[in-house]
Amino acid sequence: MPRLTRRDTVKLGLGALAAGSMLSTGALRAAVPVKDVPVPDWPIEEGAKLRVLRPSKFVSADEVWFRKNTEKFTEATGVPVKLEFESWEDLRPKTAVAANVGSGPDVIVGWSDDPFQYVDKLQDMGDLAAYLGEKYGGWWPLAERYATKDGKWISIPYGAAGGRIVYRKSWVEEAGYSGIPQDLDGFLDLCRKLKKAGHPPGFALGNAVGDANAWTHWLVWAHGGAMVDENDRVIINSKETIEALKYGKALYETFIPGTESWLDANNNKAFLSEQIGLTDNGISIYFAAKNSDDPKVRALADDIYHAAKPIGPVGFPTERCLVVNAMVFNYAPYPNAAKHYIRFMMEKEQYDPFLINCIGYWNHPLKAYDESEVWTSDPKVTPYKHIMKDSLWDAYKGTLGPASQAVLADFVMVQMVAAACIGQATPEEAAAEAERRALRYYKS
Amino acid sequence: MAAGSERVAWGGGTHWLARLFDYKPFLIFICLLPAVGLLVVFLTYPLGLGIWLAFTDTRIGRGGEFVGLFNYELLFSDRIFWMSVGNTILYTVVATAGKFALGLWLALLLNRQLPFKSFLRAIILVPWIVPTVLSAIAFWWIYDAQFSVISYVLVDVLGWRDSYINFLGDAWNARWSLIAANIWRGIPFVAISLLAGLQTISPSLYEAALLDGATAWQRFRYITFPMILPILAVVLTFSVLFTFTDFQLVYAITRGGPVNATHLMATLAFQRAIPGGQLGEGSAIAVAMIPFLVFATVFSYFALARRKWQQGESNA
Repeated sequence: MPRLTRRDTVKLGLGALAAGSMLSTGALRAAVPVKDVPVPDWPIEEGAKLRVLRPSKFVSADEVWFRKNTEKFTEATGVPVKLEFESWEDLRPKTAVAANVGSGPDVIVGWSDDPFQYVDKLQDMGDLAAYLGEKYGGWWPLAERYATKDGKWISIPYGAAGGRIVYRKSWVEEAGYSGIPQDLDGFLDLCRKLKKAGHPPGFALGNAVGDANAWTHWLVWAHGGAMVDENDRVIINSKETIEALKYGKALYETFIPGTESWLDANNNKAFLSEQIGLTDNGISIYFAAKNSDDPKVRALADDIYHAAKPIGPVGFPTERCLVVNAMVFNYAPYPNAAKHYIRFMMEKEQYDPFLINCIGYWNHPLKAYDESEVWTSDPKVTPYKHIMKDSLWDAYKGTLGPASQAVLADFVMVQMVAAACIGQATPEEAAAEAERRALRYYKS
Repeated sequence: MAAGSERVAWGGGTHWLARLFDYKPFLIFICLLPAVGLLVVFLTYPLGLGIWLAFTDTRIGRGGEFVGLFNYELLFSDRIFWMSVGNTILYTVVATAGKFALGLWLALLLNRQLPFKSFLRAIILVPWIVPTVLSAIAFWWIYDAQFSVISYVLVDVLGWRDSYINFLGDAWNARWSLIAANIWRGIPFVAISLLAGLQTISPSLYEAALLDGATAWQRFRYITFPMILPILAVVLTFSVLFTFTDFQLVYAITRGGPVNATHLMATLAFQRAIPGGQLGEGSAIAVAMIPFLVFATVFSYFALARRKWQQGESNA
């Protein structure tokens, strides 16, 4: 999937390396508070080697620094590691195949609730989780929710990619607003004014793993709707959901045409080519603009600002983020090496520079990294600081498990919103269809 | 006789191996073994497993048990499944018709005396040879809502429209776009196969027709078309099979979107089975394709191929 051409990627990579070497100094790393906890003693197996699978990068620094940290691990322990970067849409199937076949990568950094699909096939990560939690001030509740089943740790949350409203400040000010209104009516008004001025917003409505899930879940949750309640009963077909869909339809009227087929990369491209003025995205747009070779695009970076999405009638933030969890399968021949690898990658010496150089693209699951320099070095990055702290989990309000994973994988929420927005179904029909589809997974 | 001399030379009965290899049924068995073995391992086993999975509730990461027709009952009331069936039939019928119309026309053109004939016949094959995913990605770029070259030419260069075309966001636009991409990709196969068939028609038939004063259309209708009917049947069967089970093109361009409007049965089966984790349901969708394919094969084979005079029985 061409997100950026190879030439752009190489330029971004060089830019990132340059930016990275300026940012990573020893003094910065001292900022993260660390408790003195001895490194656990799991002897690394003889002749160990690891295969690690993780999602492909969206910002070049992600891959550059992940590889750097991995090389450091190999230097420190002598364990060779083969890294594989998988495209976003293919990561889940590849994980599924490895699980089903019983062989494959030793460590898989997979999407959200994938670990719940394979509970019985995963190594217990309790001791590693306890070590990291104690050393770095504890895990955010969201991280713990994604990684534990009935109190047992089945994976280690590596981070989360979250979305914030990314907007062009000059165009928003032209529309008469100083920032993004935090109420839904004001937000809709802003979008209408932006469209009138020729700088429409654009939100993904195709099967985009990150962007579409992010804003459609926010939309429904903000109005008080949810896929299931606390007892995992399907409640998506409710008047709150229908209100949300009506609002979504009104919002869709302001979008640039073509969002129905948008996957994760489309809004980045559209924003950077100045076709849209507002979207929901991770920090990748700002990163690409800041590190671009083209001075016109670099100038864009000054006008890009970020803000949280509005709060709906429920009265609290209802953001959604894309969590990645590091899983070690039972078939892994060198489990201790695998656990040490994960531990090493999350230690301050590796994880902090990683956070800093991704300029906030990944959000941290451990509380101590709140103090990382990345959240204060550039004020535009600060809105992304509390993604893991504030976001709701994918199976809200129910429990994470195979049913919620299947519902997410089938894009039930996204397609419900898309169908209502483009007029393929009325809000009532769309909600009823979503209920029928969700019941298919929650009943069996 | 060789066997006799062997008997005499070894001074006893024939060696059991020699007798074995003389035994015809055994010879037949071991000669067929490699081919049949490959077929069984790589075709029959996966097919059988797929059919079995369709009657279970297997999920990825978890075994399943026999549930009879449960998956099919679910699919029966699934609006998206029926949409995918409709899409697949529409896609197959229209794309095959397009490929055949244009392929036959191309074959007729290439059959004439042209300059650089061999070179042209070679380049014609390029859309077919290029890996489908590559051409799909190219088409995805051509059909992009914001960056399409077609929209750019129509809006910015020629000024015939004032807004970019939403190729892949509107349900019907997406369907026609995919059909167009499939036709582009499939024409060479039809063209080259039909060209081969055209080459076998004896020119003396055309000469005789010309002498009798036949027009070009009459020549086509009474000589060309009947003579290429057998190969047309074969190519049609293959084309229908390939198009019906097409996965790569649709998956790479729209992933079945927008909102499931372009899901074919193959892409829906994949979507449900692998990312969705429901192997049983995905297999059921895939197995549901079999009756259509069998029908299409039987229809094209019998309806188009069986002509007495082609089998050389009696003069028409």
